[in-house]
Amino acid sequence: MTAAALLSVRGLVKRFPGVTALQGVDFEVRAGEVHCLLGQNGAGKSTLIKVLSGAHRPDEGEISWRGEVVSFGNPTAAMRSGVAAIYQELDLVAGLSVADNVFLGHELSTAGFTRRAQQRRRTRALLDRLGHPDIAPDRDVGRLSVAHQQVVSMARALSLDGQLLIMDEPSAVLDPDEVRVLFGIIRELTAQGVAVVYISHRLAEIREIGDRVTVLKDGRTVATGLSARETKTSELIGLMTGRVLNNVFPQRKPVDPAAPEVLVVRGLADGDRFAGVDLTVHAGEVVGLAGLVGSGRSEILETVYGARKAAEGTVEVDGRKLRRGSVGAAVRAGLGLCPEERKSQGLLLDQAVYRNITVSSMSSFARFGFLDDRAERARSTKLTETLDVRPAGVDRVVRGLSGGNQQKVVLARWLLRECRVLLLDEPTRGVDVGARSEIYELIRELADSGVAVVVVSSDVEEVLGLSDRVLVVREGRVVHDGPADEIDESRVLDLVMEGHAA
Amino acid sequence: MSEDTAAVAAQKRERSPAVRQSGASGLLGSAAGRNAGLVVALVLLCIGGVVTAGDRFADVDNLLTILRLAAVIGVVSVGMTFVITGGGIDLSVGAIVALSSVWATTLATQGIANNTHWIVIVFTALVVGGACGLVNGVLIAYGRVVAFIATLASLAAARGLAEIISNRKTQIVNVPGFAAFFDASVLGVPVLVVIFALVAAGGWVLLNRTTFGRRTFAVGGNPEAARLAGIDVRRHTVWLYTLLGLCCGLAAVMLVARTTTGSATHGGLYELDAIAAVVIGGTLLTGGRGTIAGTVFGVLIFTTLSNVFTLNNLSISAQAVAKGAIIVVAVLLQQRLARRT
Repeated sequence: MTAAALLSVRGLVKRFPGVTALQGVDFEVRAGEVHCLLGQNGAGKSTLIKVLSGAHRPDEGEISWRGEVVSFGNPTAAMRSGVAAIYQELDLVAGLSVADNVFLGHELSTAGFTRRAQQRRRTRALLDRLGHPDIAPDRDVGRLSVAHQQVVSMARALSLDGQLLIMDEPSAVLDPDEVRVLFGIIRELTAQGVAVVYISHRLAEIREIGDRVTVLKDGRTVATGLSARETKTSELIGLMTGRVLNNVFPQRKPVDPAAPEVLVVRGLADGDRFAGVDLTVHAGEVVGLAGLVGSGRSEILETVYGARKAAEGTVEVDGRKLRRGSVGAAVRAGLGLCPEERKSQGLLLDQAVYRNITVSSMSSFARFGFLDDRAERARSTKLTETLDVRPAGVDRVVRGLSGGNQQKVVLARWLLRECRVLLLDEPTRGVDVGARSEIYELIRELADSGVAVVVVSSDVEEVLGLSDRVLVVREGRVVHDGPADEIDESRVLDLVMEGHAA
Repeated sequence: MSEDTAAVAAQKRERSPAVRQSGASGLLGSAAGRNAGLVVALVLLCIGGVVTAGDRFADVDNLLTILRLAAVIGVVSVGMTFVITGGGIDLSVGAIVALSSVWATTLATQGIANNTHWIVIVFTALVVGGACGLVNGVLIAYGRVVAFIATLASLAAARGLAEIISNRKTQIVNVPGFAAFFDASVLGVPVLVVIFALVAAGGWVLLNRTTFGRRTFAVGGNPEAARLAGIDVRRHTVWLYTLLGLCCGLAAVMLVARTTTGSATHGGLYELDAIAAVVIGGTLLTGGRGTIAGTVFGVLIFTTLSNVFTLNNLSISAQAVAKGAIIVVAVLLQQRLARRT
């Protein structure tokens, strides 16, 4: 622990028109360590990464790299010095080969002609070093799994002798077993002296892989150099939020056995990803679907909602059968979906909050097709106040809100419709700890008011903590259906992984 | 993912309203500000006209001529604003205008019109235009043909059909009442200009005050999110192209009235003029943002430019160069503003 700092950051300030995103960030990273950055959404983590990797220039403060004050003009300059960032939305070009992506922007060339064979060889060596001899350098990147794409991004980062890798929530798009592989790679890299700045919302991961922790809040460093393993969870959360959180999951109420069956799915199949799915949800019940990415859980949800066409089976709401493959029919029958990809599937990012909330209930604000803007704003304002969407203001553009607040906007849309069945796909992905517990509470309140809720999540703890009943999905089949308090995390993982586990 | 929001946290602290901005950048960034930029451009053009052509430009008759010329392409551009805001594009508008004008002025149609009422001509043009738009919409929404390709095909087919029907001859209109109605003026304003004003006002209301308009923004901004929110995106897309087709039919009627002819060569390059007017007006070519007022200014700017150049005996070619320059400058300015806000 006496190694000299590889990277040290002092008094970093970054202003954008109208706002100061960073206002005094200090921390240092040593060679060979995994340094975790913690902070709520909006704490400035993304801006910090962009400044470190040369995508933004800081307004004040200094960055020292291997003992020298540096100023990276652009990401390529940073990469040439050995600092590379791997963003959550991987910056790979689909259609190009793995090797082409690894050397994109710094191709090996002679007189303008790329040296393809040499690029392939070097890529091969990098992928071997990352423990992935199974990825062929000639493959089209677009055809790789997300986990493998991430490996390619890492190879790209290392292709210019990377000494510091910055990883922005790498585990968010991975399955538990893929996360384990990723951690193996990180451990090998750090053993070779590479430093990793690791960003994640999942404290359990930070405990497992991290060495030291820096906590950011409101663009400032509030603590740095904490031990990743020994610092108490309550202390970390307290630093991040400025308040103390204990029990994250809200208290369940026993579901009334006489409660009516609101959603009844029988023998649902899409002819491809899943088959024979039965699912019954009572009023006031939260049913969780656990399963790996690609197990068919999201597809089941989308098919129930009519966004994908069912090949077989029926979906009934309050005893009435829904027309297959019609979102309109599902919404009219009282279904609502908070999709997995909030930004690309859930929101009109460049439009005002209130328009995102009323988009599914427009007709109730219209007379002869003419909209009552004022009523829309008033109802939306009430809802956003109830849900504590921050910052307030229904005329704000949704793009500017943090993940948690964006999720609340999507929830508000279905609250406004007073839907009977709410389908939630990864409701807390990219949502920070504080907002996460608020969303859990909201889901529970909705259920208590008689809504039937179905939750899909990769986070087993979340499924168990939130649900009354848990269904485990593996390879398109429901392999378990039972009360949440009669099953534990390791049993769920066993069921999820059966046949997968190496 | 969730964190281009450092901004938000900081704003929370400063307690400053984020949407309302002060100063020049705020003004230019707002809708009113964008239009202010267009007004300034139009005023500069007019000053240019007065300086170079004097009384010949600043003459009431000349100004009415500008408006009459603007009216036809203006009606098409208002329809185009809807399609582009909804995330689409239509290259076939000029061809639809030609086909509508020809179909509405065949001897057969004129014969019926003479025996009944001149409104038959108007009706025919609207039906032909609307039907063409419907075909485009169905091809794009349900046939899943890319809009660019589908309407490129319509462009070729519609103009070809217009040539077949007219036998490549110019068809003179000889229906009493028709010309009289459209040549008239209301309180000194030509009927064509009145029609344009009504279409623009109606378009503004439709886009900004109705569920149809709101759905258009949603469908153009994020079609997948719109679909998952329960909007029937495909049906709405069909409506958008049909609406534009109807606008083309109406524009054909106005063109027939102005020239007293129907011809397969009518509406040449209207697609480019309309798209250019929509884009310099501030409507986003990628969809999700659109402004009718901007489009109207865009049309007026191009028409005034043509007029000033013509009065100064400058060639059509010189006009084309100036048009191109205006488009580039307008788009560059918009990008600057978009980045700042």
